[in-house]
Amino acid sequence: MNAPANPSKLIKGATGDWEIVVGMEIHAQVSSRSKLFSGASTDFGGDPNSHVSLVDAAMPGMLPVINEECIKQAVRTGIGLKAQINHRSTFDRKNYFYPDLPQGYQISQYKSPIVGEGQVIVDVTPTEQITVGIERLHLEQDAGKSLHDQSPTDSFVDLNRSGVALMEIVSKPDIRSAEEARAYVTKLRTILRYLGTCDGNMEQGSLRADVNVSVRRPGEGLGTRCEIKNVNSIRFIGQAVEVEARRQIGILEDGGSIDQETRLFDPARGETRSMRSKEEAHDYRYFPDPDLLPLEFDEAFVEDLARDLPELPDEKKARFMRDYGIASYDAGVLVAERASADFYEAVAKGRDAKMAANWVINELFGRLNKEGHDIVSSPVSADQLGAIVDLISEGVISGKIAKDLFEIVWTEGGDPRELVETRGMKQVTDTGAIEAAVDAIIAANPDKVAQAQAKPTMLGWFVGQVMKQTGGKANPQSVNDLLKRKLGI
Amino acid sequence: MSVDQATVRRIAHLARIAVSPEEVPHLQQELNAILSFVEELSEVDVEGVEPMTSVVPMKMVWRADAVTDHAGAEVVVANAPTSEDNFFVVPKVVE
Repeated sequence: MNAPANPSKLIKGATGDWEIVVGMEIHAQVSSRSKLFSGASTDFGGDPNSHVSLVDAAMPGMLPVINEECIKQAVRTGIGLKAQINHRSTFDRKNYFYPDLPQGYQISQYKSPIVGEGQVIVDVTPTEQITVGIERLHLEQDAGKSLHDQSPTDSFVDLNRSGVALMEIVSKPDIRSAEEARAYVTKLRTILRYLGTCDGNMEQGSLRADVNVSVRRPGEGLGTRCEIKNVNSIRFIGQAVEVEARRQIGILEDGGSIDQETRLFDPARGETRSMRSKEEAHDYRYFPDPDLLPLEFDEAFVEDLARDLPELPDEKKARFMRDYGIASYDAGVLVAERASADFYEAVAKGRDAKMAANWVINELFGRLNKEGHDIVSSPVSADQLGAIVDLISEGVISGKIAKDLFEIVWTEGGDPRELVETRGMKQVTDTGAIEAAVDAIIAANPDKVAQAQAKPTMLGWFVGQVMKQTGGKANPQSVNDLLKRKLGI
Repeated sequence: MSVDQATVRRIAHLARIAVSPEEVPHLQQELNAILSFVEELSEVDVEGVEPMTSVVPMKMVWRADAVTDHAGAEVVVANAPTSEDNFFVVPKVVE
């Protein structure tokens, strides 16, 4: 936390350099069929109050009973964060009043959370890696949803989300820039999605971040922080950190001081503003929930869950680098989504793995991004892309023709091998045919021949002509060799 | 331990209980009586004793992850003073 400031991360102010310090609380909705303490559905987007049990509505006499799967999901996540798993944790009531909180308190874990300290390794750039400490992870209930735009005088409350299980994942203040903040959330989301413990869908609110931002002079202690609530996209998280840090620096450089408060990020105006104008400091009066006994399990329970976990992104990345010999950054791109990694492996299996990586990342991902597809809806399957890679490796088509072939498979589909046959895309390896083309070009351009003999870089012009004449299908290496021999260069 | 009148007003506010100025001295007295009664417990030495969470030696019950319960939107909002399209309707809570 008090490691020396990295000069490249500092922000220039009017009176000198400043360091940004960020810690985050991520609220991740647990993937489960039913709620944390009731048997109501967690499905997104139901009719108002249609996924609500009398427990979620806090009717008198209703008692919470914990959902086993939510416990397992929290433990799985803890293992994925290389964190300490607490075999005994307890639930507390966090008391506050709001219309979408019918109980008048949120059941959360205050004193002893289910998961303790862990860490996340984050690739910030192709060459920079940081480790962000995890302070804790605890289970808690989500609140309902209030709509304020349905009427000028009233708010409308829907309790469908009330009682849905959330994991609050609290980081240490180890983040030093907007870029690091974005990279941290991206990585955390990848881990959760690999584990299958949260779908990571930020549009639907399955993943939200409270971002704590403060600034300080390099080497000084922590400054006063402001908490920016409920930021719901990775891009906005970066923007919020940036504008909030600038706001605080502005105040401090003008001789002011920062009030510790809760703020809201307004993406439309690119600013943060105070959320609670006159409210007193929070006093949640936590106390142990008398309706719930301590949550206890043994090491065998944890080991069973650990055994069934999938390969996680860091391990997969290391394996890709080791087994396929691809670069760290490429491996990182491939493992960012499990579906992408699976796709790549299907293409790379038994083939030139580096060429496969190149085609998956540059041609396929590039095209998918451009057209707004994800890997699951890719028009080109792993088998088709694999066949294209095979055709190049076998020397049947050139790299250039392969791009044309990819284009045909993308737009029309079909078996690449058949397409190459039926559309006459095969590389001409028959030296006789290439030689004829070479001879014709040389005969037709005596002036260029003289130039090329004086200046060998002119060879490229001849190669271009031969390729044109053969419809791009001549083997470029043969063309080169033949030309050099015939021109005597 | 005892509470002053400001604390009484603050606790009432946090619990959203309307307390008139005339009631405060009486409530303060009552709360302090309760606190001094409970204070007797501090005479017991509990050093190294784990807090008791239940009087019966039982484990927390876990349920399987299945959708087993939904009251129905009409039932959920049945007691609401105001509802519309099965939403609860409350006085506006944002400025």
